[in-house]
Amino acid sequence: MDREMINITIDTRKIEVPKGITVLEAAKIANIAIPTLCFLKDINEIGACRMCVVEIEGFRGLQAACVFPVSDGMVIWTQTPAVRESRKVTLELILSNHDRKCLSCVRSRNCELQRLAEELNIGDLRFDGETYRLPLDNFSPSIVRDPNKCVLCRRCVSMCKNVQGTAVLDTNERGFKTIVSPAFHKSLNEVPCTMCGQCITVCPVGALREKDDTDKVWEALANKELHVVVQTAPAVRVALGEEFGMPIGSRVTSNMVASLRRLGFRKVFDTDTAADLTIMEEVTELVHRIKEGGKLPLITSCSPGWIKYCEHYYPEFLENLSTCKSPHEMFGALLKSYYAAKMNVDPAKVFVVSIMPCTAKKFEAKRTELAATGYPDVDVVLTTRELARMIREAAINFNELPERHFDDPMGEASGAGVIFGATGGVMEAALRTAAEILGGKPLENIEFHQVRGVEGIKEAEIEVGGLKLKAAVAHGLKNAGQLLEKIKNGEAEYHFIEIMACPGGCVNGGGQPIQPSYVRSWLDLRAERAKAIYEEDRDLPIRKSHENPRVKMLYDEFFGEPGSHKAHELLHTHYAPRENYPETDKN
Amino acid sequence: MSACKCNAHLDDPRAEKLRQIITKYRNTNGALIPVLHEAQELYGHLPIEVQKAISEGLNVPLAEIYGVVTFYTQFSLMPKGKFKIQVCMGTACYVKGANSILDKLKEKLGVDIGDCTEDGLFSLDVCRCIGACGLAPVIMINDEVYGTLTADQIEGIIRKYQERPV
Ligand code: SF4
Ligand code: SF4
Ligand code: SF4
Ligand code: FES
Repeated sequence: MDREMINITIDTRKIEVPKGITVLEAAKIANIAIPTLCFLKDINEIGACRMCVVEIEGFRGLQAACVFPVSDGMVIWTQTPAVRESRKVTLELILSNHDRKCLSCVRSRNCELQRLAEELNIGDLRFDGETYRLPLDNFSPSIVRDPNKCVLCRRCVSMCKNVQGTAVLDTNERGFKTIVSPAFHKSLNEVPCTMCGQCITVCPVGALREKDDTDKVWEALANKELHVVVQTAPAVRVALGEEFGMPIGSRVTSNMVASLRRLGFRKVFDTDTAADLTIMEEVTELVHRIKEGGKLPLITSCSPGWIKYCEHYYPEFLENLSTCKSPHEMFGALLKSYYAAKMNVDPAKVFVVSIMPCTAKKFEAKRTELAATGYPDVDVVLTTRELARMIREAAINFNELPERHFDDPMGEASGAGVIFGATGGVMEAALRTAAEILGGKPLENIEFHQVRGVEGIKEAEIEVGGLKLKAAVAHGLKNAGQLLEKIKNGEAEYHFIEIMACPGGCVNGGGQPIQPSYVRSWLDLRAERAKAIYEEDRDLPIRKSHENPRVKMLYDEFFGEPGSHKAHELLHTHYAPRENYPETDKN
Repeated sequence: MSACKCNAHLDDPRAEKLRQIITKYRNTNGALIPVLHEAQELYGHLPIEVQKAISEGLNVPLAEIYGVVTFYTQFSLMPKGKFKIQVCMGTACYVKGANSILDKLKEKLGVDIGDCTEDGLFSLDVCRCIGACGLAPVIMINDEVYGTLTADQIEGIIRKYQERPV
């Protein structure tokens, strides 16, 4: 597609750019940096903070580069004294009532505000604003909201409303009292928040962060009575490196496993093994529902953010959800039963830590129904970011570690388990297995590219054992909602649907390393990290769940067969509708 | 359920009226503000139950409605009393001790800023300069202005209103 090109001048540099783009985008092409704060490409383009102002000849006053479109012959100045002074004043006003405690802030060194203060050479503040302490919202098991650090950029509002379709955050009050919060100053724990954590990953500062559970893990590791084991989700290994300065999309499986050993975990397991188990159980469920006329479409249940969304917003689809627990919960149940028996340890002493790209899993682990053995399936969930903090705290030199592999038993996983980390991955893994089981012969091509990629809703029709299996994949909850509406209105029909709460799937989960706007606005994190996931899959000797020898062993030794009574006891669960704004005595 | 004294529960007869208001605007763009206006006329203020009903009826997230309600000063979350007391917090009043007047009012009425007394008679608010600086400190009760006040006059003023025939 040819786009009309126009000529503009930025800071004496003459360049040709496509018509209709913004001054900020044009400057990017010219390799000229303009500071931004509220801007996040495609998500928050509202021109609210005025950090990005520039001078444009022929226009009075300064213009916000992030929303101002270029036109032919335009002459733009990004570094005049007036521009610099204006940006400085804007920033100083924000800083004047900001809770400036960088030393103890989780976002220090990865904070867009801190970076701006440094770049704009802010010294002593000329204004010292009225500061008043607002209460911290730390009631949610997943998300902490600290309004004292909020710069009112509204990125989280746009994310929650326009991408996730949940809209539990908004801008309230006015003037000096303006605050971004849930309605009626409720806690995120009392509103229909899915705990997806996407708001955290777009927050430029430390105003939104995960509930830190590293203390609990340090404590468990120091407790000689406990048998502390850890499992890691597929998406963690393709993102953790970013926390240690590696390029986006670096695969760091070995360094991650080696670090976890150094931290003192008895065993380091791969959640992907349980992902393989999930596929066995879920495909069995799918086949059963198709053959017996059960509730269709079957919808995946690996994403706890999606599950909570369904409970709040689409309870009429709860019966469509697969009864499979998410893989790490399955794994936890297995560790406290099969593994405990095999190792001859009391299940009460087995302490399971899950390293997840996800904040919703912190909430999930606290669901009382997920305690198959009488003990919580998983004791603590840490995000990728929290693991990075523990590694730093333990002074482990992450970039220089010996090669290490996951532990047995249950160490080996298939490539199908690995691709769970990207949108479409669970679907593809299921198709690899379903097609062979139903078709009765090995597939020639096991890569299902129709369900890969970052498009919001993907559809595929796949011939499996004489049946045209209609499948759909949605990621990002607003897309999920749109897909469900289509089904509700009878505009679409499927057998099997994969839904992930986070845009791009787990690789872009709410617990993943945070990339600032000036990186993620110009590069698709979802695609870069997913690339690494698919490389990991391609390098594995076994790429189908049903061919994983560990999974076969588990069924032979323990479960009997997929969908058995024992499997149901340990690996399956049920969901219930949730009230959106339950009455509390706060009002 | 301690703080809510508004009795704005949706099983009262106003609920049906509210449903009618919502239905009337359901398919109009930008309906939120007029609906909020009419709902406030109906209830006198906009408590959470009313906002929840509007949220469901218009399919607008509650967080967004709350944002609108708290942005515009004409909307109120709290019930207003028959007598609306406003304490001027402009610079002149502030310097002349508006705070001690406010404290006295809080003490005598047993309510905080923004609240309404149990009997629905008084609500207490603070406001910006009302332009009567010469009389500072000043309070307004509905349209009546009381100036050059001292804290010990408050009790008498309140009694005067309490004794007014309803
Ligand atoms: S949010 Fe940024 S600027 Fe504020 S205290 Fe934290 S690191 Fe410092
Ligand atoms: S966790 Fe997700 S649903 Fe909850 S406030 Fe953040 S973006 Fe919205
Ligand atoms: S919480 Fe973070 S993302 Fe949301 S408005 Fe405040 S600074 Fe911006
Ligand atoms: S106005 Fe452009 S970055 Fe905020």
